[in-house]
Amino acid sequence: MAIITYREALNQALREEMARDDRVYLMGEEVAQYNGAYKVSKGLLEEFGEMRVVDTPITELGFAGVGVGSAMVGLRPVIEFMTWNFALLAIDQIVNAAAKMLYMSGGQYNIPMVFRGPNGAALQLSAQHSQAFESWLAHIPGIKVVTPGTPYDAKGLLKAAIRDDNPVVVLEGEMLYNTKGEVPEDDYIVPIGKADLKREGDHCSIITSGKMVLVAMNAADQLAKEGIRVDVVDLRTVRPMDIDAITASVRKTNRAVVLEEGWELAGIGAQVVDYIQRDCFDHLDAPVIRVHQADVPMPYAKALEKSAKPDVAKTIAAVKKVMYVD
Amino acid sequence: MAAKKKSESKPSDPQLHRELLHSMLLQRRFEEKVGEAYALGKIGGFCHLYIGQEAVSTGIISMLRDDDYVITTYRDHGQAIARGLTPRAVMAELFGRVDGCSKGKGGSMHLFDRNLNFLGGHGIVGGHVPLAAGVGFAIKYRGGDQVIICFMGESVVNTGAFHEALNMAALWKLPCVFVIENNKYGMGTAVERAAAIKDLSRRADSYQGMWGEHVDGQDVLAVREATRRALEEARKGEPVLLEVRTYRYMGHSMSDAVSGTYRTKAELDEYLKRDPINLFKARMLEIGEITDAEFATMEQEIKATVQDSWDFADASPEPPLESLYEDVLVETGS
Repeated sequence: MAIITYREALNQALREEMARDDRVYLMGEEVAQYNGAYKVSKGLLEEFGEMRVVDTPITELGFAGVGVGSAMVGLRPVIEFMTWNFALLAIDQIVNAAAKMLYMSGGQYNIPMVFRGPNGAALQLSAQHSQAFESWLAHIPGIKVVTPGTPYDAKGLLKAAIRDDNPVVVLEGEMLYNTKGEVPEDDYIVPIGKADLKREGDHCSIITSGKMVLVAMNAADQLAKEGIRVDVVDLRTVRPMDIDAITASVRKTNRAVVLEEGWELAGIGAQVVDYIQRDCFDHLDAPVIRVHQADVPMPYAKALEKSAKPDVAKTIAAVKKVMYVD
Repeated sequence: MAAKKKSESKPSDPQLHRELLHSMLLQRRFEEKVGEAYALGKIGGFCHLYIGQEAVSTGIISMLRDDDYVITTYRDHGQAIARGLTPRAVMAELFGRVDGCSKGKGGSMHLFDRNLNFLGGHGIVGGHVPLAAGVGFAIKYRGGDQVIICFMGESVVNTGAFHEALNMAALWKLPCVFVIENNKYGMGTAVERAAAIKDLSRRADSYQGMWGEHVDGQDVLAVREATRRALEEARKGEPVLLEVRTYRYMGHSMSDAVSGTYRTKAELDEYLKRDPINLFKARMLEIGEITDAEFATMEQEIKATVQDSWDFADASPEPPLESLYEDVLVETGS
C-alpha cells in the first residue's frame, strides 16, 4: 500500500470523485490557480477546468450560499473554506440553508454537498485563527460532521462525504496535512458514522477524533511502556456519533478519558460523557475525565499556546488519574 | 443604465389580461382569507401578507417559462400562488397540515414546490440571495438557458449577502434576475432610514455589466415589460437588478398595526388609490376587455376556490407524530 500524506489523500479523493461524477465541482478561495491555500487542490484546475475548479472572491457567506443553491438544483458542490475560522461568516448558509432545507421543504430539497477545510489550531496563529468548531457544527440536525485523523480516513471520508446526498462538514487539520500513512490505491470509502478502534487495550479507553487521534496514539505508546494498555476509539464522525463503539470500549475497560481539541463547555467530550453515563453507568470504575483546550482564546506566545492546548502529557496524566496510578 | 420605460401600448389581449387579473385577485382574496384564519387561530407563527404587491408576483412570474426557477423570502404566499402552487396546498401548509406543500413542516415562511421549480420562501433577510446566484451558477454549469428570479424586499439591499451574491453573479455572468420588491418598509423602518441611496436599482452600478432598472410595481403590464427586458438580458448571461416599486397594504406581519406607528393613515390612503388590482380592472373595463358581470363571475369563482382551500386545509390531517424525525436527512447511497 502506498504511503502518502493526508494532503495527497484529500487530493486523490477530490480527483477520483470529480472524475467519477461530473456534477461534482470544487469552489473556494485560491482553490484553482493557486492550487489551494494548503495545496489540497493541486493540479485539479488543469485536469478539470475552470467551471469545475472555481476561484471565488473572499466572500465566504456568498460562495457557501452559491454551493447550497447549486445543490438544490442537482449539482454536488465541494465548498472549501481556507480555514473554518472564516466559515463563521458563512454559518447562516450552513445552519439555516444547508442543514434545514430538506426538513422545511417537507423532504423536497436535499442538499448533496460538502463544506471542508482545516479546523482548529496550528502553530502560533493566535486567537482568531485557532478555533476548533466540532461541537458548534455537530449541534445542528440536518448535517453530518466528519473529522478524519489519518490519511486513510481523510480519503475515505471525503469520498463518502461527496457521495452522500446530505450536507457533510469535513473538518481537516492544518497540522495533519503533512502527516503520512498507508492509503490504498483502489476505490474505497470510510462509512460516515462509524468509529474506528485505532488501538486495543483493556485498561482505559481514550475516546477522541480528528487531530487529537495522533495525540492519543502517542500517549498510548508512552503509556504502554509503563504497562498501561489503552483502547483508542477514533470517532471519525462526530455527527452522527457511533455510540456503540464508545460503549463497547468503556464496558470493556471500565475507565475513560475523552480528548478533544476544542473548549470544555458544551464540547464534543461533554456529549461523549453523557452517552457513557447513560449507557455505561454500572461499568465505570472511575469518573470520566476530559482533556480539552484551556478556556481562553488561543494566545500567540509559544509557551502560553502550548499550555492552552490539549497534548500528550495532559492525556497521559488524565489516563493515570482515572487509573488511580500516580 | 437605469432605463425607465412606460409599458408599451400593445394590441389588446383580453385572454391574457383576464388571466393576469385572475392571478392577482386570487392572491388578494386568498390573503384576506389567510388573515381571517389567522385571527381564528387556524394559522400560527409568523405570517406576512402580500396584499398590495400582487402586480409584482403576477407581472414577473407570468413571463417565466416552466423550467425557470423562482426563489423568494418569507413573504411568499403571493409568488407561490402566482407560480401555480394550488391554494389548497398553500392553505394546508399555513394550517400546518400534512397536505401542505411542505408537508406542514415549513409553514407560512417556507413554501416549496420542486415540481414547479419554486425554491422556497426563506426566512433570513438576505440569506437566499446567494442561493439564487448558486442556481444561476448551476444553470451556467449545465449550459442551460433558464433564468432564476430572486424576489427580495428592499431591506435586503443593505445586507452583505446581497452584495456578495450580486458581485459573483456579475463576475461570473450568471442568469439571475434579482427583483427588489420595494414596499417602502423593512418591517417598520422606512427605506430612507435604512439605505444610503434613493434609487435602489442603482446598486447595480457597482457591478460591471449588470443592468439596473426600476418600474412601477402597481402596474402589472409595466412589470411584465420590465421583466421581458430583464429576461432577455439574463438569458444572455447578463444578470439584472430590477427594482419594483410597490406598497404593502397590511402590517409587516400579523402583529403589526396597518398604520399609525411608522406610517400614517394618509400615506396608506394615498397608496390605496393605486391598488394594482383596481387599476388593472379599471383599465380592462374601460377598453372593454371585461364587463362588470364577467368580473363578478370571476370574483365568485375565486371566492369558491379560496373557500375550498380553507375546507381542504381544515379537513387535512395534522402531520403524524412519527413524521417528526422524517426528512432531517435523506437515505444515501454512500
